[in-house]
Amino acid sequence: MRVVVQDSPFDAGHELEFFRNRQDNIGAIVTFSGIVRDTPAKDLEALVIEHYPEMTESTLKDMAAQAIDRWSLNDVCIIHRVGRLVPRDPIMMVATAAAHRRAAFESADFLMDYLKSRAPFWKKELTSNGSSWVSANAEDEATLNRWQTN
Amino acid sequence: MDILYFAWVRERIGIPRETVETQARTVLELVNELKQREPRYEAAFSDLSALKVALDQSLSDFDADIDGVCEIAFFPPMTGG
Repeated sequence: MRVVVQDSPFDAGHELEFFRNRQDNIGAIVTFSGIVRDTPAKDLEALVIEHYPEMTESTLKDMAAQAIDRWSLNDVCIIHRVGRLVPRDPIMMVATAAAHRRAAFESADFLMDYLKSRAPFWKKELTSNGSSWVSANAEDEATLNRWQTN
Repeated sequence: MDILYFAWVRERIGIPRETVETQARTVLELVNELKQREPRYEAAFSDLSALKVALDQSLSDFDADIDGVCEIAFFPPMTGG
């Protein structure tokens, strides 16, 4: 697996090529990219992402390992930016590589749900009218339930 | 032990981390000790349902035992992705 937390921008296309080139005998790759969205008032100057460095990488690696195990994936890539971003910047990407598409789609969906609610990142919006921490979405927490296995 | 604060919890308390000596046995006892100190702690911990806690970098809860724990972090629900 490849897990990267970085201040600098990344090129999602380049990352996908790098990820594909390191696979052997797969049939499917699914990627998801999160992009900085402007506010409805279109006054977003920056999105600042804070994290808990001692916990972030271990949490992401644990999520990736769970996905690899559950869907028998060949590989997982998670890249997440921290620091100051501007509208249209890529925030993060997830890529999953598998023999077949269903495993790749489902595991990418699983990773995004967990990344949203369990990885220690916090977003703050800076606008021309002040700043505010982004609130967690109650639905994001609820969607985790669909991945419970009993 | 070291206590870390993130996002608006860090802003309300005014520092990102500190080291404290405590006799508290649980997270909740520690929070109540901190709240006695100064209004800024009361402001940060006024609604525990809006907060999460991690013990030695693993998510936990406010009833958890903190005996032997080196690092406690308090933060709002995460907003990654």
